[in-house]
Formats: sequence, structure tokens, C-alpha cells
Amino acid sequence: MEHRLIDQQINLIRDKLLSLGQATENALNRAMQSLVTRDSQLARQVLKEDDIINQMELEIDRLCVEIFVLRQPAAHDLRLVISVAKITPILERIADHASNIADAALIINEEPELNEYKELSLMAAKAEEMLKNSLDAFTKEDSAASREIIKQDSIIDAGYKRVFDDLVKIMTKNPAATIAAAQLLFVAKHLERIGDYVTDICELTVYMKEAVFIKHSHEEN
Amino acid sequence: MQNKISVSNLDFFYGKAQALFGISLEISEREVMAFIGPSGCGKSTFLRTLNRMNDTIPDTRAAGKVLIDGTDIYASGIDVVSLRRKVGMVFQKSNPFPKSIFENVAYGIRINSLHKNKTDLSERVEKALRDSALWEEVKDRLHTSAFGLSGGQQQRLCIARALAVQPEVVLMDEPASALDPSATQKIEELIVELKQNYTIIIVTHNMQQAARVSDKTAFFMLGKLIEVNATQKMFTNPNETLTEDYITGRFG
Repeated sequence: MEHRLIDQQINLIRDKLLSLGQATENALNRAMQSLVTRDSQLARQVLKEDDIINQMELEIDRLCVEIFVLRQPAAHDLRLVISVAKITPILERIADHASNIADAALIINEEPELNEYKELSLMAAKAEEMLKNSLDAFTKEDSAASREIIKQDSIIDAGYKRVFDDLVKIMTKNPAATIAAAQLLFVAKHLERIGDYVTDICELTVYMKEAVFIKHSHEEN
Repeated sequence: MQNKISVSNLDFFYGKAQALFGISLEISEREVMAFIGPSGCGKSTFLRTLNRMNDTIPDTRAAGKVLIDGTDIYASGIDVVSLRRKVGMVFQKSNPFPKSIFENVAYGIRINSLHKNKTDLSERVEKALRDSALWEEVKDRLHTSAFGLSGGQQQRLCIARALAVQPEVVLMDEPASALDPSATQKIEELIVELKQNYTIIIVTHNMQQAARVSDKTAFFMLGKLIEVNATQKMFTNPNETLTEDYITGRFG
């Protein structure tokens, strides 16, 4: 096949998206670590590096617009660029949630330690695994794998319910722990939202590969 | 929507050389269909079979059926002059007559005796110029030479000339390829307007143009029809790999 002008640009946005994905995975991992190991310095580092992720988002946005304007992509090329353009802000929002987790860590780390990190750690590990797998599926254009990842969001949702119930019990029994418990509740919510965002990424991989929008078609009423 | 044109198993020959192979295609009434494909694929040849303009080329032959409103236009006894009034054509290079703007449009009305009197003739000329979005630009100089118009205006005059004889189908062979972007945009806007009243078939090398103006797109290659599809589907998710390769610039 002849080399096309658009190929270089498509490869570039694909590479940059994966770099953004990697940065987002790192942010989430380190934010959770700053919480579990009570490392406030690490939390502050996560917050500082969020701006790098924001700049990466802006650059991919610009490159996508350039492709639309200058190359007028069609068919698979079009679907790929649309998917990259839509996944980019999703990753940036996941990184924002990671920053929010780091923010919570700074508060929690000043409070007496609670023992509810285990369930949260399991949720976080699942979210990180799903994020990584979703980006792998995007790279391989594996819509079957993407559909499987979507199903796993229910595991995170179930974990959130358990954490919610446990933390409410703690706040009821031990008012002194309310500040820390409330912040942990926020962390759980951020992780639950990240699971939803990973679902969005997978839906876009399915669109890129199969040219069908499956958004909302698998949501439970 | 019912079919305006039905083509079944159409072959076409220039002498011994076969240019079209078994084309079968349906075109609905008041639809814009774009024909795309690499140079030499047969799209203009096919376009010309729809009003038998190929008859003007020596040693050509068509086999198969082309039905317009259920009538086979290649059956014996068909009045090709009447056919070409019903199925008008606009060419890549605008070709106004060496006459005034008014006379360019009036000519077809006169020779087909479509008008009742002089007033009716003027009204028909005005309508055709309005329908081709040219009236406001020429209404004060109708009796000046058509050659005084810009390229884009001349092309719209040719469209007006075709519309004046009340066609049902308008064939356009790369109507904007010789025009600047502003004139091209006017032609494209006109096509979208005209489809309310006419069935339009446009040959274009410009895939973005096909995407902008057409309801359906047909992709041809080496004299064969590879795929016909709703334009939106054609350009987001075509059925055939060959189509995808062409529209993504992998060849052609």
C-alpha cells in the first residue's frame, strides 16, 4: 500500500493518546499510593503533574482538528480520529479524579489512620487494571476485549456500595473519624467514576472498530 | 420513494472495448446520487448512458436495460430528443451559446414550443434563472452576451438552460471542477436546493463534495459498480474493502 500523508498524523495522535493514557495510569497509581502509604509529598507531586496531562490533552485536541481540516478523513481513519478526540478528554478527567484522590490524601494523612483502605485498594486496583486493559484494547482495536472490560465496571460499582456502607457505619459509630471517612467516601466515588469513564473508552474502541455506537445500549435501567 | 431510474445488467462498448460491465443500480426520485471512482472507471460513460448522449459517439453499443419511469430508454422507437429534454445534462466545462443570457435560456423553450406567448416565455426564462440562483445577478443585463459572465455564472446559466425545458432528471458531469471555491459552493448549494424538484446525478472526483451534496454514493472501478450506499455510511463505514481503500486514498 502506498504511504499516505495522513498515516504519519494518525500514528502521531495514536502514540500521543497512549502517552496520555500512561501518564493518567501513573497519576492514578501514585495518588492511591499517596493515600495508602500516607505519603503527602507524593500526593503533592501528583497535583503538580496534572498540568502536564492538561497540556497533553490540548496538544492532541489540536492535532485532531488539524487532521479533520487538512485531511478530511473517511471511513476507518475518520472513526479513529473521532475516537481519539473523544477519548482524550476522558483520560484528562480520569487524571483529574486522580488529583482529587491526591487532594483527599492530603487531608486524610493528617487524620488518625482508618483501616478501610483494603476495599478501596481493591477498587483502585480494578480501576487501574481496567484502564490499562482498555488502552491495550484500543491499541489493538479489539472490540471484543473492550466489551468484556465494560462488563467489569459492575465489580467497581459493587465495591463502591460496600465501601459506602462500611464508611457510613464508621461515621455513625466513631464521629471523630468523620473527616477521614468522608474523604475516603469521596475517594471511593472518584474510583467509581473512573470505572464509568473506562467504559466510555471501551465504547469508543468498539465504535472505531465496528462503526456502531453502543453507548447507553448496555446500561441497566 | 419510488425509483426514477432502474438500470439492469448494463454493458457498454466503445467498439470492441467494453467500458461497463453488468451495472445494476436504482436511483430514487428527487434524490442526489454521486458517482465516484478513479479516472477511467466508467462513471462519465455510465452517466451518459442515462440520456443516451453516448449515441453521439460513433461505434458505441449498450446492452441491458435502463428504465426511466418504467420505460426502457434503449427500446426501439424512443425519441432521444425528448429523452434529453427530460434528462438534462450539465458538463464540466460550461458551454453557453454565443447568444445573450436571455436567449441561452429561451432557446430550449422556443424549440420545444413550451411557451404560450412572449410574456410566458419571459416568465419561464426568469423562473429558470431564479431556480439556478442566477436571476439577481443578471436580471439587469439579460440581453448582454453570456460570455460576459464569470465561470461560475456561466455554469449556473447552463443549469438554467437545462431547467428551462422542465426536465425531471439532471445529470451533472463534474459541474464544479473548473470553478473557484466560492463558485463551487454556490453550485453545491444549488444542487441541494434543486433536489426538492429534480432527481440529480453528479459525477465528481471530489469525495468531500460527494459527501456534502449527495444522499447516496455509487463507487465505480474498472467499469464495474463496486458499491452503492447511503452517503453517510459510504464515508464512515463502507461495505467493501475496495471502497474503503479508495476513499481513504490508498489508491486512485
